[in-house]
Amino acid sequence: MDYSFYQHYWWLLISLLGGLLVFLLFVQGGQSLIYSLGKKEENLHLLTASLNKKWELTFTTLVTFGAGFFASFPLFYSTSFGGAYWVWMLILFSFVVQAVSYEFIYKQGNLLGKKTYQAFLFANGLLGPVLLGAAVSTLFFGAEFVVNKDNLTTIHPVISSWQNSWHGLEAVANPWNVILGLAIFFLARCLGCLYFINNLNHTEIREKARKQLLINAIAFLAAFLPYLIKLLLKDGFTENPETGIISVESYKYWHNLLAMPWALAILLIGVILVLYGVVRTIFQSAFTKGIWFTGAGTILTVWVVLLIAGYNHTAYYPSLSDMQSSLTIANSSSSLFTLKAMSVVSLFIPVVIAYIWYVWRKLDKK
Amino acid sequence: MYQNDLTLIDWSRAQFALTAMYHWLFVPLTLGLGLIMSIMETLYYRTKDEKWKRTARFWMKLFGINFAVGVATGIILEFEFGANWSNYSWFVGDIFGAPLAIEGIFAFFMEATFIAVMYFGWEKVSPKFHLASTWLTVGGATLSALWILVANAWMQFPAGMHFNPETVRNEMNDFWAVALSPVAINKFFHTVISSWMLGAAFVIGVSSWFLIKKRDKIFALDSIKIAAIVGIAGIALSWWTGHESAYQVAQKQPMKLAAMEGLYEGGDGAGLVAIGLLTPGKQYDDGKDPFIFNIQFPKMLSFLAQKDFNAYVPGINNLMEGGYDTPNGKALSMNEKIAKGKLAANALEQFREAKRMQNAALETEAKQRLDENFAYFGYGYFQSPADAIPNVPLVFYSFRIMIILGGYFLLLFVIIAFLVYKKQFVEKVWLQWICLLSIPLAYITSQAGWIVAEVGRQPWAIQDILPVSAAVSDIEPSSVQITFFLFLGLFTTLLIAEIGILVKQIKVGPEKN
Repeated sequence: MDYSFYQHYWWLLISLLGGLLVFLLFVQGGQSLIYSLGKKEENLHLLTASLNKKWELTFTTLVTFGAGFFASFPLFYSTSFGGAYWVWMLILFSFVVQAVSYEFIYKQGNLLGKKTYQAFLFANGLLGPVLLGAAVSTLFFGAEFVVNKDNLTTIHPVISSWQNSWHGLEAVANPWNVILGLAIFFLARCLGCLYFINNLNHTEIREKARKQLLINAIAFLAAFLPYLIKLLLKDGFTENPETGIISVESYKYWHNLLAMPWALAILLIGVILVLYGVVRTIFQSAFTKGIWFTGAGTILTVWVVLLIAGYNHTAYYPSLSDMQSSLTIANSSSSLFTLKAMSVVSLFIPVVIAYIWYVWRKLDKK
Repeated sequence: MYQNDLTLIDWSRAQFALTAMYHWLFVPLTLGLGLIMSIMETLYYRTKDEKWKRTARFWMKLFGINFAVGVATGIILEFEFGANWSNYSWFVGDIFGAPLAIEGIFAFFMEATFIAVMYFGWEKVSPKFHLASTWLTVGGATLSALWILVANAWMQFPAGMHFNPETVRNEMNDFWAVALSPVAINKFFHTVISSWMLGAAFVIGVSSWFLIKKRDKIFALDSIKIAAIVGIAGIALSWWTGHESAYQVAQKQPMKLAAMEGLYEGGDGAGLVAIGLLTPGKQYDDGKDPFIFNIQFPKMLSFLAQKDFNAYVPGINNLMEGGYDTPNGKALSMNEKIAKGKLAANALEQFREAKRMQNAALETEAKQRLDENFAYFGYGYFQSPADAIPNVPLVFYSFRIMIILGGYFLLLFVIIAFLVYKKQFVEKVWLQWICLLSIPLAYITSQAGWIVAEVGRQPWAIQDILPVSAAVSDIEPSSVQITFFLFLGLFTTLLIAEIGILVKQIKVGPEKN
């Protein structure tokens, strides 16, 4: 197993974490629905209590996603976080207020009042998925940065420099970034509806959630399908593995899928599972397990979308300012030693997933 | 490029310090209170006495309120490494990222999963499973502390790595040297165990309030008993690990030790300053007496630093001028270190150039010069020798505050334990007031410790390898200023809210039978 194997292994894990994170955004989707599904105080309480048992998993997955990126692809971490400063800061703010809201919302003496913490949850439910989606979209549509490692020897070194003063906010100027942000937002809302239907045995909430599911599923498809088509038709940056030179390749992401038919198969299975969970829940009122189908489909779909961003010598973070500064899994990864050491650690991930699953089942026991 | 502006470095440091200090308001209580409430639930499990369940559940409520803000502030710290310290993230991300990722996989998920059982599982899982979940929650928090302290210790004592000129970064070559470095292990124990002291001070202070109010007496006394024992153990072990920590600082970060002592002119058999007042505005080369007054324990600094009462301890002036004996020969002056740092940078440039020109001979020669001088690489970024000196008054006074308050808490806990054992604590209302008013002092002790550790190591982001001036991200200072004040407003609001909730929850008291 050579260096390239470990680089690919870690991209696979990061992509999988990304898939898990998007699935777990059902918490944010649920939060964005609290006003529409919880007009009665009693219902609102039920909705937040239900999400309260799960929000930490989403939060922890986000933290681990960040830490995993740092450990395996530090050049992305240093370039994107230090460059797209404002996007990451906004994401952080929205998650910080979420974390405290669940604990503070119904406590006496909470200073800001219940409605403020509800608003915080809603804000995180809205901003979290949209901003994360827009940030992920830059893995395909690029960002304006330059990387120059030779600068390290200057008295005030700048290894990664952002080429505009908007520091990440400029991403919204590209409508495709916004469209993916919206797609993730509506997907999270679909997952939120499915989660409530599964988790709360409450007729009124289930009925309302089903109606919301239909609306949000249509909105999701309206955003996601054009994005997927655009992605498969657009140019991408490809790296020559011999020279490390990066150049433009037409239909790069479509070519990636063709080069990896197993990924195409997983993508199709993922999309079918997403649709199956949604459609069956809408049309079969007794069906409450849609979250598992749509959730599994979400993980598979996002996993493959992220895989084709980095596999097959693709630049997963294209630089719009200097093509040769674009990041690939080969030029931005940690050393072979670190990737190997971290790979040993990663063998424990199934154990972690197993105990989370076990505990989740125990707590949801009626 | 904004790096030329010192404002950027200062604001980036201020933002990181702000986040870290707020984070550290919540974490030590999580670690300390977590241990105490776990012991209480264990007593419930073993005795089946409902009073221990009530007691444990009360403290768990406070634990949960505090835990949430700790989690919230923690995520910002992790992302600030990339956001505010971009160069750093590339230069050492190969080593530093691993402990953070391991923390996420092993510790965060453990905490996040089992805390849900701790709160929502009383009626859904067996008492044994619930107890295990409580311990796993605290274990997860402690494991989290382990990995973040491994990362922090590595910054103070880089180990298990080498510099790779081809990738222009430091790369790990010995995982266990990073994870089990003596600095990391000692830092972990010192930090976690001193948090037990803070948890104990909190529990004793809050329980004393119940006694002052003459309510829930049995609950309060039971809580104080457990907390006093944890507190004595915590503070006694903290003294021991603290001593070891000072010894390590003397070996690895002599400038930090000199700042801790306000020591400008070192010597054999150096005394330890018990209390003292520093001369304001003192510069290392102005010839002024560093102290307006001070009282010293003779020869104790030498013992603390070298475990030998007559050993030589260098002061700031000695570190600047060099020339004293070290185990590796004569110490270099700061100017010599800066020159070697610049040689290393120059050799790196030549290596890169030789690589581009495919000139193998020049490449080998440049690599050799780089290896010879790399130990001083970070000094090459200094513009003046004075850049190497941290803020002496802040480090000096913080160290004294930590030590004096540490002694105070040891005395306080011993007195409390004795009086509780003699069943005389309930009558000592004045002491109960002292216990209540001592809660903020525990936080001050803990914060002072971190100021010594982090301000004392300035200007280094990574000791001897990368100063903060070279580690910072290329962002407009105004952006960092805005986020600084946003974080300040947000954290302060959350802190006030948390205190408000805690006070209300404490007033409600433990559940009735």
